[in-house]
Parts: sequence; C-alpha cells; structure tokens
Amino acid sequence: MAVTIAKERWTSKVAEEAYGPQGLKVGGETTLPFLHFEGEIPNRAVTALEVFDTEPKDYPDILKEPFADVINDPVAWAKKVVEYGADMVALRLMSAHPDWNNASAQDVAKTAKAVADAIDVPLIVIGCGVEEKDGEILPVVAEALEGKKALIGCVTANNYKSITAAANGYGHYVIASSPLDINLCKQLNILINEMGLPLDRIAFDPLVGALGYGIEYAYSIMERARMGALTGDKTLATPIVAFIGQEAWKAKEAKDADVPEWGPQADRAILWEATTATTFAIAGANIFIMRHPESVKRFNAFVDEAMKSNAY
Amino acid sequence: MFEIIGERINGLFYDIRDAIANKDPKPVRDWAVKQAEAGAFWLDINTGPVAKKSEQAEIMAWLVKTAQEAVDLPCCIDTTNWEAMEEGLKVHKGKALINSTTAEQAKMDALFPMAANYGAAIVGLAMNEKGVPKSAEDRTALAMELVANADAYGISPVDLYIDPLVLPVNVAQEHGPECLEALRQVKLLSNPAPKTTVGLSNISQKAPNRPLINRTFLAMAMVCGLDSAVMDACDEELVDVAATASIILNQSIYCDSYLKIFRQK
Repeated sequence: MAVTIAKERWTSKVAEEAYGPQGLKVGGETTLPFLHFEGEIPNRAVTALEVFDTEPKDYPDILKEPFADVINDPVAWAKKVVEYGADMVALRLMSAHPDWNNASAQDVAKTAKAVADAIDVPLIVIGCGVEEKDGEILPVVAEALEGKKALIGCVTANNYKSITAAANGYGHYVIASSPLDINLCKQLNILINEMGLPLDRIAFDPLVGALGYGIEYAYSIMERARMGALTGDKTLATPIVAFIGQEAWKAKEAKDADVPEWGPQADRAILWEATTATTFAIAGANIFIMRHPESVKRFNAFVDEAMKSNAY
Repeated sequence: MFEIIGERINGLFYDIRDAIANKDPKPVRDWAVKQAEAGAFWLDINTGPVAKKSEQAEIMAWLVKTAQEAVDLPCCIDTTNWEAMEEGLKVHKGKALINSTTAEQAKMDALFPMAANYGAAIVGLAMNEKGVPKSAEDRTALAMELVANADAYGISPVDLYIDPLVLPVNVAQEHGPECLEALRQVKLLSNPAPKTTVGLSNISQKAPNRPLINRTFLAMAMVCGLDSAVMDACDEELVDVAATASIILNQSIYCDSYLKIFRQK
C-alpha cells in the first residue's frame, strides 16, 4: 500500500529581502526550514562574521588568532572575514560604548563608511548595545551609509524611533531586537512598521541562547514565530537574525582553555558555535552572525547538505 | 485567522436598494471601504429582495465590480439565482466565495461545478429539501454529504464553508446547543477540515439586546470551531470580540496592538 506523506498546507510566506548594493537575497520561504517537499526555500541561510571597530575585550585567544594581524584595523579585519567566506560583514561599534572609548557618532560613522567602501558584500552595523547611545549614533551611521542598503541594529522598544526614521530615510533595513518574548517581538515590529518602514525592511532578533544556555527556549520562540508567519501573521513574516557568536562565545565550554576533561578547546569552541548555529537554522533563522571562520565553514557544510532538495 | 464576511452591501438596506435603483456607485463604494477598514475579509454582495429576477444578474455584476473598484477584497456572492451567481463570478477579481448551496443534490450538482470552474470557495448549508435539521447529528450528516460531493467535484474542504444554520434564540432556543455541537463535529469530518461559517445575526432576530446576543454567540461559536461569519463588520465591539477570542484560542500570536492588527489584512 502506498504511503501518504503528510504535508502541511501553509498559506503565507516569509518576506524576501535583498541587502547591500549587491542585493543579497534572504528569506522568501513558504515552509519550515529544509522541508523542500512542502514548499519553496528560495534562499539559503546567510552568515556574517563579526568585526569590532576597536579591539574586543572579551575574545579568548583562540578567537583572536584568525584575526591577529588585523584586530586593531576594522577595514582590514572586514576584508579578512570576506576572504574567510562570510556572506556579510557584521561591524560592531563597541568603541561608542560609554565604558569603552565613548566614541562619537561622527567617529563611528566614519569607520562604518570606510568598512562599507572596502568590502563587496553587504554590511550589518550593530551598535554598542547601550540603547540610548545606539539611538544617537545609528542615525548618523545610517546617513553616512546612504545607498549601502545596510542592515542596522539593534533597534529596541526604547530607541526604535530615531533609528527607524533614519533607516527609512536613507534606504536601510533594521534589526528589531526583543528579549526572548514573542509578544514583545511582534509588538516591536508593529511599532516600527507604524513609523512607515515597510515590514520587508525589518529583520528581527528574538534573542537566542547558546547550546546549554536556554537554546530550547529560544528555539521554541523562533519556531512559533515561523509558524505564525507561514499561517498569515505578516508582522512576524520577516527574516530572523540570530546572534550566534555573541552567545556561543559566552559559554564556558567555548571560552575556557584549561578544562582537559572537556577535550581540546579548539574542537569544542568551534563545535559550540557551529552547533548553536545549526540548531537555529532548523528553528527558522535566516541570518547568522558568528565569530569564528571555522564555525562558519562547518555551519555552511551543514547548510549545503540541508539545502539539497528532499522534494518528492 | 477568523474571516469576517461584511454583510452591509445588501439590497435589504435602503441605501443599497436606492443605489441599485439609481445606479449610484457611491453607497456601495463607501460601504466597501468602511467594511474593509473595519476588518472585513470578504464583502457579502446581495441584490436584496426587491430586485426583479430578470435584472438580478446585471445588478450582481455591477455590485461586484463597484465594490472591487473601491477595495482590494474578495466578494461573497450571495444569491439563490444561479444566473446572477455566474454573472457575479465572471466579473469577480481573485477567489470569490459562493453563497450558497444546500445539501440538495440538484443544487450541489449545479453549484459545485460552478465553484470548480471559477476557482471559487463555496458555502454549504447543512440543510436539504426537508429543511433545517434539529439535531447536531443530522446537521453533521448533511455536512458530510456536502464534503463528499465537493470532493467529487475536486473542491478541497478548505474551500468549503459549512454553515450549520443558526436560528433565532427567541423562537428556536433548542437549536442553539445543536448548532454549536454541529460546528465541533464538522471540524472532525475530514483532514484538512472544512471551514465553517454562520449568518451571525440570525441568532438575535427580533430580540432586544441584539448586539449582546450576537457578541456572546460569536465567542461561543468560535470556541466550537467557527472560522468565519456573515456579520456587521462595523460593529466595533463585535469585531473586538472576534479579535479577543482568536487571541484566547491561540489562533494568532498576542501583541498589545492585537485589536488593531486583527483588522489589518
């Protein structure tokens, strides 16, 4: 007797967005991740490697090593991550942090412009993480990057107004960030959209946890958002950004060098980041912001396999 | 997602009746826009009781065209005149909803092929030549007839809107629980399940407190599996009830702006 394959009938799709002057396409899927037999998955997951605009303070040695010669030069560092195969560059403007260099909006905008001009892949610009300061610097960065169709974040419930207005005016996309709460996530997308920025210019970061650090909770939120999007919730039907590196490299399993019973750090650290990314690819994320080039390589090897059609 | 079928473009209402008589598109357009803004998913279009049978086809085509010129919504073409039905379908843009067939074989054999031919969805009333059944079981049996016949004509259950038939609570009180139970059972008939719909305001015919009865019934019916209703899309509190029930039933993801978002399509 023939087996009938159960297929879900989804009624909607995730918005397709195109970043950078290159028009790197992300999203557009009409089914859950890698279920090619059920719908279309026109674009593969994309990776970005992080570049700090000033020497990072919390990078373990193993993470500094691939960038040792460029760690004080964001432009050279950005070129290097493109060589390493990242689809995008994620520039983190930590120098603006009041506890770091407290750099001015003009200073960080200059760096952002220099980096954008030096690379031939789309740029993601991430603020220093202090909501108030990001609300000041990111509009200036958006202006400096006019025409670059960059992805700018993170926009939160407390600073979305100034950043959204600038992103809209200068033709960029925003990353809307909310703390592991699907209801707040949806509400923030709505608030941003109500300022006139179309939903297909928003990508959202629901906040992820690393393997062993709440990954299952973040997974279920992401999956829920995807199912909502595919059943017609337009306010959640935009690409998802996952800050993989930021979380994975906080884990002691990744950053602690001297724990021999856990095996060599070089193996487990990379595995920690790559496995965290793989997990969120299965949950529905589209844009993977990572830190180590080897993790990106391993993650891409997984995506290569998962993107082979299983349609029948 | 709950689908509101806005009831207002109906020759039963004097302004629409006059608009038809004077070929004045304004009231039709205005109600199309008003209902769309209020959250309607479909616009019910009915020529009303006074339109002459010989003119109904032309009037239906005009109403559908006029409504769709004003808003980007599909229509629920509401007539027992098959010629008018077909004229409405011919000029309709997008996927229409045929309203309606019963479980009478002759009607199903005429209207299901029409739905298949025009790629339309269709409302199936759980009644036949013997009238409206009293029990939930008999309503469900007729719903099964509709599902099976629709399937034979290649119409998926997701394009079939079963109406278990609502009777006024002040004269046919015993039908209330049967109608609700029928909604529950209809959702178990097939996989995917058929959609469901009702003519909501029937529940409160000639009763005082009509809005309260309508709202209460809507929430109760949604719990039982109601997917859509022909209703007053401009009754703000009624639409709020639909939005809130859909949140409580976990049919859409909560956010603080849910009342507003529910109305956006």
